[in-house]
Amino acid sequence: MNSLLFLIPAALLLGGLGLCAFLWAVRDGQFEDLDGSATRILYEDETPLPKRRT
Amino acid sequence: MPLDSLTTHCRHCGQPLLGAATERGAFCCQGCAGAYTLIHDLGLDAYYDRRPLDAAAPAATVEEGEGADPLLGLPEAVATAPDGTCLLRLSVDGLHCGACLWLIEAAVTKHHPEVQSARANLTTRCLTLRWTGAPAKAVEYARLVTGLGYRVAPFGAGGTAAGADPAAAHERALLRRLALAGFAAANVMLLSVSVWAGADAMGDATRTLLHWVSALIALPTVAIAGQPFFQSALTALRAGRTNMDVPISVGVLLTTGMSVVMTAHHGEHAYFDGAVMLLFFLLVGRYLDSRARGRARSAAAHLLALNQAPVTVLGADGLPQVLPPARVPLGATVLVAAGERIGVDGTVAEGVSDLDASLVTGETLPLAVAPGAQVFAGMINRTAPLRLTATASGEGTLLAEMVRLLEAAEQGRARHVLLADRIARAYTPVVHLTALATFLAWVFLGGAAWYQALLTAVSVLIITCPCALALAVPAVQVAASGRLMRQGILLKSASALERLAPVDTVVFDKTGTLTLGRPDLLPDPTLTAAELELAATLARASRHPLSRALARAAGPGPVADGVVEVPGGGLRWQGPDGFVRLGSRGFCGVTDAGVGQVGSERPGPELWLARCGHPPRRLSFADRPRRDAAAVVADLKVQGYRVELLSGDRAVTAQALAADVGIDIVRADARPADKCAHLAALRAQGRQVLMVGDGLNDAAALAAADVSLSPASAVDVTQTAADVVFQGDGLAAVAETLAVARRARTLVRQNLLFTLLYNLCAVPVAMAGLATPFVAAAAMSGSSLAVMANALRLGGRKPRDGGH
Repeated sequence: MNSLLFLIPAALLLGGLGLCAFLWAVRDGQFEDLDGSATRILYEDETPLPKRRT
Repeated sequence: MPLDSLTTHCRHCGQPLLGAATERGAFCCQGCAGAYTLIHDLGLDAYYDRRPLDAAAPAATVEEGEGADPLLGLPEAVATAPDGTCLLRLSVDGLHCGACLWLIEAAVTKHHPEVQSARANLTTRCLTLRWTGAPAKAVEYARLVTGLGYRVAPFGAGGTAAGADPAAAHERALLRRLALAGFAAANVMLLSVSVWAGADAMGDATRTLLHWVSALIALPTVAIAGQPFFQSALTALRAGRTNMDVPISVGVLLTTGMSVVMTAHHGEHAYFDGAVMLLFFLLVGRYLDSRARGRARSAAAHLLALNQAPVTVLGADGLPQVLPPARVPLGATVLVAAGERIGVDGTVAEGVSDLDASLVTGETLPLAVAPGAQVFAGMINRTAPLRLTATASGEGTLLAEMVRLLEAAEQGRARHVLLADRIARAYTPVVHLTALATFLAWVFLGGAAWYQALLTAVSVLIITCPCALALAVPAVQVAASGRLMRQGILLKSASALERLAPVDTVVFDKTGTLTLGRPDLLPDPTLTAAELELAATLARASRHPLSRALARAAGPGPVADGVVEVPGGGLRWQGPDGFVRLGSRGFCGVTDAGVGQVGSERPGPELWLARCGHPPRRLSFADRPRRDAAAVVADLKVQGYRVELLSGDRAVTAQALAADVGIDIVRADARPADKCAHLAALRAQGRQVLMVGDGLNDAAALAAADVSLSPASAVDVTQTAADVVFQGDGLAAVAETLAVARRARTLVRQNLLFTLLYNLCAVPVAMAGLATPFVAAAAMSGSSLAVMANALRLGGRKPRDGGH
């Protein structure tokens, strides 16, 4: 049962990473326009990404 | 710019070249040529390869109006951030594919290094611009976008350009809670399964450790993800009502609380898994529901934005100035450029033009206006600039009146109480009384310790926690809306399915609903091929719908050179054999006496062809019914629905169409208020009415009916008013929607019956104190799965197999 002592934290850590990534994506506005993103992916970027506002 | 002389379609908007090609190159109009040049000069020709074949570019219109540019009012809508960057959100009309997004973003950023970001959103049809520099730059950017053929207006009403949409923020919050609940459900279940699997081998200490870890995950989750339910339940309780959220909240809180107590006492069982799973499932349902309604919301916001477009007013000093539509004084002279949307109600003071009145009257043919004619806000000026004298503005316009009528009608409908809430009203008190009775019975009759009796009472509440009951309705709704969506039918309102099932009367609008909303030339055996060809030679030079119908009927062919289009009249051409005129009766000099031999005429739109030495010829047009209209009407009648036609058109036209598609009950000449009154009368007879319509004049009627459908070709406000929007050319969607709704009602009833049976079996077990956590977990998941599986049967069936 000692393995639980690191397996449980490991499982929680990995799950938590996924959760954080998802929450970041929501905050970043990646779920704002699902229709647009679906078609945007078809085009190549000709210009570098615009500068991000901090 | 290379020109392909063989092109038969406009190089920009893709519409067939019906003329004009000879003088303007391969473009249908000046606006398209301008847009093409702009795109070409920016080096963005890839746009034409990228756009989908079926979606043409918006036909650009030329700004040839006099006076100030309405876009000059834009800098007021710019929000300035503390660090000096400017932010502008524009509502963009005509945005419909990924290529549009790319084109607009690339065009704005290309030669403007000061633009930090340009992001167009296809869902909300909104463009967000950020740049450093003067707010006045906004005009330059907006003009670039309008030059490409899109219409723009500040996003959101009343200058709240930078403000976030509260509903969108709510949806984001829901998504975050959903994510949290999903994470918690997966991890707690992982731990619970190991507890169940190792029940015998596992020591007390290990089990308690696992329980504590579960509690660590579940407690914050319940506190955060459960908030929407707790808040809703509190609101209901404060108002002295109960809803489905009350038993959910009580169940979740009690389950969690009791599990914590159990864990603290090294108890054998904890129910954290049940609590977070329940929250997760319910949040999935809420999120899907909220997303479906987001589209409707954005359509309404979009319409509002277009109504805010500034108006050019000619001041007392003779100089044009730009004003918001609501601030236009009565009696002021308003300038309307060709291609512009009229912002006020008024009378024409100067100018002759054709107006697109479809937003206001639902009529597809342009309306010819001359000085003295009454015009309304929302109409689009098509051919020539106009000067209007304003008679009403802002809230006083007919458009605003229609929106008010719509809101009033919608409030009447809000009285519908969801089936789930009706059940909850009865269910909650019964369950809570049962739990109380259990407690009292164990204490006074069973002689149990109060602590033991309380545990038993709580277990009754846990086992009756309406997991299956709360899922019974949403699961069926999600399955039904998924199946409908695959066929291009969009359910906008959560309660639409429930209101569709008992419908017994279907009322159709005529133009654009039963018909295609587009005129076609009627076959006429007396019309010679030479006459048709001559008429088509002229007609190819015009974009008027009747001209296009004529050109379509004649097929491709040559275009007459030097055709003059007289706004509100017709086309004039100096041919080799003298003047030829194609246009209205008055334009062609046709008097009633001169056409005595034509005899009885089929009513409807008409064109006259007049030339020297020949009697004038009449060309009749009609709006043809949708191809499956007759079949669908017959199908509905067989199924026992009462089918009616309710039209604002003249009685003769309405009767003729009704006879074509097989509708017996016709009501014509109905104004918007008449339509509402007629529907109210039908409802007063105890009928459940489904209204199918597409025009703004139908919008109030759509809201007044029990439930309403609207084709996706309808104007935005009508789609907003309708509960269901369907795509495609056919009407089969109407019958399909009704069939799915009836089938869904059957499944909901089966589900409710099942959960009732489940509770009847489970409650006595719990009351007897035999509900061990394993029994509770198995019973809860089992009933939920059964309900879900039953709901999924809806998706599997083939369409239209008469499922009811």
